[in-house]
Amino acid sequence: MAEYKPIRKVVSGNYAAAYAVKHARVQVVAAYPITPQTSIIEKIAEFIANGEADIQYVPVESEHSAMAASIGASAAGARAFTATSAQGLALMHEMLHWASGARLPVVMVNVNRAMAPPWSVWDDQTDSLAQRDTGWMQFYAENNQEVYDGVLMSFKVAETVNVPAMVIESAFILSHTYDVVEMIPQELVDEFLPPRKPLYDLADFSRAISVGALATPNDYYEFRYKLAKAMEDAKKVIKDVGKEFGERFGRDYSEMIEKGYVDDADFVFMGMGSLMGTVKEAVDLLRKEGYKVGYAKVRWFRPFPKEELLEIAESVKGIAVLDRNFSFGQEGILFNEAKGVLYNTSARPIMKNYIVGLGGRDFTVPDVKAIAEDMKRVIEAGKLDREVEWYHLKR
Amino acid sequence: MEIPESIKKRLTIPAEEHFFAGHTACQGCGASLGLRYVLKAYGKKTIVVIPACCSTIIAGAWPYNTLDANLFHTAFETTGAVISGIEAALKARGIKVKGEDGVMVVGWAGDGGTADIGLQALSGFLERGHDAVYIMYDNEAYMNTGIQRSSSTPYGAWTTNTPGGKMHFLEKRHKKKVIDIVIAHEVPYAATASVAFPEDFIRKLKKARKIPGPSFIQLFSPCPTGWRSPTDKSIEIARLAVQTAYFPLFEYENGKYKINMPSPKKEPKPIEEFLKLQGRFKYMTREDIENLQAWVLREWEKLKKLAEVFG
Repeated sequence: MAEYKPIRKVVSGNYAAAYAVKHARVQVVAAYPITPQTSIIEKIAEFIANGEADIQYVPVESEHSAMAASIGASAAGARAFTATSAQGLALMHEMLHWASGARLPVVMVNVNRAMAPPWSVWDDQTDSLAQRDTGWMQFYAENNQEVYDGVLMSFKVAETVNVPAMVIESAFILSHTYDVVEMIPQELVDEFLPPRKPLYDLADFSRAISVGALATPNDYYEFRYKLAKAMEDAKKVIKDVGKEFGERFGRDYSEMIEKGYVDDADFVFMGMGSLMGTVKEAVDLLRKEGYKVGYAKVRWFRPFPKEELLEIAESVKGIAVLDRNFSFGQEGILFNEAKGVLYNTSARPIMKNYIVGLGGRDFTVPDVKAIAEDMKRVIEAGKLDREVEWYHLKR
Repeated sequence: MEIPESIKKRLTIPAEEHFFAGHTACQGCGASLGLRYVLKAYGKKTIVVIPACCSTIIAGAWPYNTLDANLFHTAFETTGAVISGIEAALKARGIKVKGEDGVMVVGWAGDGGTADIGLQALSGFLERGHDAVYIMYDNEAYMNTGIQRSSSTPYGAWTTNTPGGKMHFLEKRHKKKVIDIVIAHEVPYAATASVAFPEDFIRKLKKARKIPGPSFIQLFSPCPTGWRSPTDKSIEIARLAVQTAYFPLFEYENGKYKINMPSPKKEPKPIEEFLKLQGRFKYMTREDIENLQAWVLREWEKLKKLAEVFG
């Protein structure tokens, strides 16, 4: 194995994604422009134009077709990638089911953006979380480095379990913000991520195969079970791949939930994506001020890391769940999921849901501190005043 | 069955079969016949993409497969996009596509999946210039869901959502001219074909294989169930559709039009001959028939002019 010497580049989150696509030796990219995703596919086109990447680039006429073409490419044995955001992801929705149902390991980057109306191009997780039940794995990146690493790991995990994966980054906060990213030399990426070995191959004519055919009630159920099982199996693969990534490149992703200060914390902040960068910064400061707080950053939302969450829940008095998303008629989606996991367990920390930063509203260190104050009060009182707090609301 | 050498020499349709008995098409189904010809023309090294349509069922429910070719079933509106993706993947993998010995990527979609919900993906496929063949088998309604009108349903036709009744709620618009929309993309090759003229169809399929870029064939494909026609009359009806110029056979190749009629000198037969064999047209009034006849002849004249000027 060659020695790992990282190549440091200052890139946006979107460029980090594009470099990862190049380094993953993706063979087909089918994509449609949408803000703030566009610079991913522009950068990929630039790589092709410069002769730096050998990719079949299909500039489709819609996001629905972007996913359909990616599915066709993946079914025909290629490593396929696309990228989108918000309305574009919603337009793909039908085909997301097709990719997972046909067991095609397509990888896409979704740039988290709020759904319209009213129009918004800013950060919000509702677009990706609305795709929760499509059978895609979901990795939420905190920073540009995690976008790059997430794409590489997602291909490896997806191609191992034959389930598609989505790497999710925040609109503008990551997509258009420049930061240092440690990239991996091509030959080392090649060692980590060998060429894809497809589950089936439409270009193999030694026997006739039929993919996606009608299945009667006698068989459909088992198809679903196998997908469910693959998602469950993915947990181990994710941890193994994350560990391998750490051993090879020094950044360990073996935890599906990244934890900090949890062991002696009264309560932890739980959330996903870039807002957890702010939380981690705030927690460091709060610790210095004597607050017994920690954080639990959910990296993989699908498959959901139940076991890791339970471990955290058993050791703390409270969990403040930060949701940059909302399920109307109910509550924040991560909050809802986390509560559901703990119901049949003996772990019963107080859980409060803070809805933050919808549609790109700033979420800052003082905000985290204010929530910490509120959470402290709740824990001292031993009961919730209200379960869901719209934290930023202009009253 | 062994075919005598004397007959073999006269056959232009390949004897080999890639579409097997035991399929679940209705009696007299034009689509099943059409798909059989497609596979005869292209052989085993074919990837067929089938969206939601009758052929989803005809090809067989899992784990069965009536076809000796690789199938990818996809969502209704995606045929054009999926064949684009497959073609791109084959190219990325260095696998030869089209030509005499290359893999044939075939989109096989009905009129609803082509003229209506799949039109956008078809347009994308055509304008991007992928090396694949898109075949629209035109049975002039949504047959798989139970005979609802599509934009390819002809004027005056009964369907379950244009049932006629005392308000005369029949289809009021003429058939959408999908092939004209296709030609507007300046594709290298587009053609109409009919299951009643298999030699012509196979010749066109083979031509589509040779010409680089996207090809489109609109195949007239009777549906006895939806057309309320006797199951043994499908070929006769399809032949009359051509002979009345209701569905003329022609080719568009690199800017040139060519009409391929079986009896080029003959004037079109009256449209009634085509209509009278089908229960779906029985609610038409005299005026409706005249209206349809006028449209057929106008479009026929237009096509003749195109072939004359751009032949």
